[in-house]
Amino acid sequence: MIWLTWRQFRAQSIAAGAFVVAFGVVLLVSGIKIAHAYSSAGVPGCHGAGACANAATTFIDQLRGSSTELIYYTGIVIVYLAPALMGMFWGAPLVARELETGTFRLAWNQSVSRTRWVVAKLGLIWLAAMATAGLLSLVTGSWASPIFRAGQLAGSDSVSLDRLAPQLFGAQGIAPIGYAAFAFALGVAAGVFIRHTIPAMAVTLVGFGLVQLAWPSWVRPHLAPQLRQYLPITGANVNELVVENNQFIVRRTIFKPGGWVVSNQTVNPAGRPFGGAPLQACVSGPQSACNAAVNTLHLRTLISYVPARGFWELQWIEAGIFVVLAAALTAFCAWWIRNRQLT
Amino acid sequence: MMWLTWRQFRAQGIVAAALAVALGVVLLITGLNLAHLNSDSGVATCHGARACATAANAFINQLPGTGSVPVFFGTIAVIYLAPALMGIFWGAPLVARELETGTFRLAWNQSVSRARWLVVKLGVVGLAAMATAGLLSLFLGWWESPIFRAAALAGSDSAAVTRISPQLFGAQGIAPIGYAAFAFALGVTAGALIRRTIPAMAVTLAAFGLVQAAWPLWIRSHLITPLREYFAITPANVNELAIINNTQMIVRHDVEKPGAWVVSDQTVSPSGHLFSGPPTHACLSANASPNACNASIAALHLRALISYEPASRFWPLQWTETGIFVVLAMALAAFCAWRIGKRRLA
Amino acid sequence: MTAVLESSGLGKRYRQRWALRDCTLSVPSGHVVGLVGPNGAGKTTLLSLAVGLLQPTTGSVEIAGDRPASSSAQLAKVGFVAQDTPTYSGLSVADHLRLGRHMNPGWDAKLAERRISQLGLDPAQKAGKLSGGQRAQLALTLAIAKRPAVLILDEPIASLDPLARREFLQILMEVTAEQELSVVMSSHLVSDLERVCDYMIVLVASRVQVADEVDELLNTHRQVTGPRTDLSALPADWQVISASHTDRQSTMLVCTPVPVTDPAWTADPIGLEDLVLSYMSKAVRPSPDSSPALEAQR
Repeated sequence: MIWLTWRQFRAQSIAAGAFVVAFGVVLLVSGIKIAHAYSSAGVPGCHGAGACANAATTFIDQLRGSSTELIYYTGIVIVYLAPALMGMFWGAPLVARELETGTFRLAWNQSVSRTRWVVAKLGLIWLAAMATAGLLSLVTGSWASPIFRAGQLAGSDSVSLDRLAPQLFGAQGIAPIGYAAFAFALGVAAGVFIRHTIPAMAVTLVGFGLVQLAWPSWVRPHLAPQLRQYLPITGANVNELVVENNQFIVRRTIFKPGGWVVSNQTVNPAGRPFGGAPLQACVSGPQSACNAAVNTLHLRTLISYVPARGFWELQWIEAGIFVVLAAALTAFCAWWIRNRQLT
Repeated sequence: MMWLTWRQFRAQGIVAAALAVALGVVLLITGLNLAHLNSDSGVATCHGARACATAANAFINQLPGTGSVPVFFGTIAVIYLAPALMGIFWGAPLVARELETGTFRLAWNQSVSRARWLVVKLGVVGLAAMATAGLLSLFLGWWESPIFRAAALAGSDSAAVTRISPQLFGAQGIAPIGYAAFAFALGVTAGALIRRTIPAMAVTLAAFGLVQAAWPLWIRSHLITPLREYFAITPANVNELAIINNTQMIVRHDVEKPGAWVVSDQTVSPSGHLFSGPPTHACLSANASPNACNASIAALHLRALISYEPASRFWPLQWTETGIFVVLAMALAAFCAWRIGKRRLA
Repeated sequence: MTAVLESSGLGKRYRQRWALRDCTLSVPSGHVVGLVGPNGAGKTTLLSLAVGLLQPTTGSVEIAGDRPASSSAQLAKVGFVAQDTPTYSGLSVADHLRLGRHMNPGWDAKLAERRISQLGLDPAQKAGKLSGGQRAQLALTLAIAKRPAVLILDEPIASLDPLARREFLQILMEVTAEQELSVVMSSHLVSDLERVCDYMIVLVASRVQVADEVDELLNTHRQVTGPRTDLSALPADWQVISASHTDRQSTMLVCTPVPVTDPAWTADPIGLEDLVLSYMSKAVRPSPDSSPALEAQR
């Protein structure tokens, strides 16, 4: 059974392996360059916050606009796409193709029970998908680790360096492993129920895409324990001041390097959301008068955020949830295959 | 033949139409909201550069709160993905599925020649692909027009609102139509050569992805020779100053060209060579004072040399790029027709 | 009578292996031709070449007077039912008829619908859900209703049960009589072909062994039994197809244009099936000329 699984999976695994190796070579070559720039900018041995921030900023500025930036974004895209592609190309055809071409009548009448067939095929390729995703994540993660460290030292406020930012989170650590498991299980389930390969592939892609889009906005904020913080808003540090149509919007944008600011609200001294009328000084008058007037309001920013150190906890929670979902889907598929009447 | 093509394409066509309609509804709702905000902010009726800039900025600042940002980037992503998906799901199975299941033995023995069979199928589904891509681009164009107008008035240079920048260019105007034609033809060719559907889908995805990644980097900037311009670098406008290994010095001035695509930005010495150091003595010394360092940099008379494509080149580039991809698509289609006519298939 | 299928030195090679070699035929029209041979002999290759799905490596072939698939009009003259009777599993029976109607100018819709209702097929049912026999009937209907001049069938009844087979052949015969079709049908079951064919082509190991009218074959082939004789001592106009010897007796299948008059020999007529089996079971060595090779079996 293992031989059969490998034989049927051979072409796909070779293709995936070739791609991972090719990408790994690119990262290796680029990683050497980065390591060189890292040490020559003086980041590893820096002392003191100021010097370190300078060195880190120098390092990052050097990389900007070079091929490194391109590889960085490409790597993110690849790690995000890999689970979806594995679900489509490995998961969906797994059972659907056997059903479509009728070869299940050959496979399910060998001296191997259906359950064993399902477990062997699903289990082995599931593991392969997770391993591939994990490998890609590991390789890109270690390639990018100098960049992230420098980002934290530089106190950067660029969202492209915040590990917890929704755009980046799913492409690091062990989250891709969970996504790969889930996408694969979704593909197999689609194949089992739809029984035609190409529609199953389409459904897998769309379904997985929707989950990935909705998850960071609607589900992830509830997964991570968040900290709340009040920060004063003064005329000097306000980032956004909008006066129009009797609406007065005052906002101070807060950055938490390496963390994730989930929500940001302006509250009045009583702690309620601020929605006051525009100050006369800000409607017409010089900037300084407006600033002084804003100071008198004693407004505060209430942020809810996940600190940088919460990264791994959130990774484990998310990966765990997706693996459990995948296991449930797979178990359901296995039960379905075992019990279904199929001619 | 037309009926058969439609009948075999029915399911995919309906799915695509449903998705396009869904996206259209989302864009309609948010777009009307946007237009409403736009007129409220007075951008449309403003007079004078300063008043217009203020109104435009007010409008732009409101955008994050309306949820327009995810809609914008989401639609951009959909428009970038759509040609690839159509190549995979419409193009690759077109011939490959017939070869794989043996139904070509039924289809190619009716009184319709193979060439006609292929031409009609390619034509109908290919045009459907191009129309879908064009429609999505049209929706986005309508939706985003207030944003771009405001950005122009506010003198914004963010890449997120520069139509000609590489991130947005491929999802605007008529470029998606060319990509759709090319991806579709690529899929059909892969299917005809590989003769099995799923490998053909994978190969189409990989090949098209490579082309899409490589094109803005290496080819687009050569379609129309970029303009070159020099800017003096003074201590006041230096954006980046770094000393590396005590032997190299990086001095950069990030030139802002609102609405343009800055292809490259290099610091050159008065003689025209790339400047990379050595650091000036005044900047290198242990107790360097900023004024001395600045003065030494000013004395170098460095300049920033940029090559860029101005905003006015947006439509010429669009037409050129679309034209190239359509021609490529037709070449691929002709190759397919020749290949299928060769009768090496039992 | 004009030839409906004509080939000259036709051959097809896949990489190193010759699937068909030195095939020269001139099949007269107005016959039901049986193409028989063991699996792997080249029957599907020959028919695919005749229909235009393959291009020959050597030689040429003409069907209904023209190169295969050379034009739309030529395609309309040839009806083809491929092996495994491929149909679009997602399309219904009615859809398949519409397919035929839209893609064939000479489509006879009334005939098609009459056949479908006679067969008891549900027009709304998807072809993927039909049984093997029903799919074969559907494919045959599609081929017949375009009113071709020649109908080519590649092992159409191989996977049918005996009753379905009988029905298929019955309908085939009806249609052939009605429309004055020429039919070329391949099979590895001679007993079925015996009932309907009046021209036989035997294909073994990529070569044509014999191609002639059944009447002629039965008239000229005899099973002769007699005293043990060396092959060289036989009459000159006898072609020995196969022979078996015991100590005292020789039994041979010979092909001779004149009746056997020598009293030493007992000549019995031979059934078509035995005839074909004899041709099929002997070993073949390639002959220098392109005429069918006849070898003695020792």
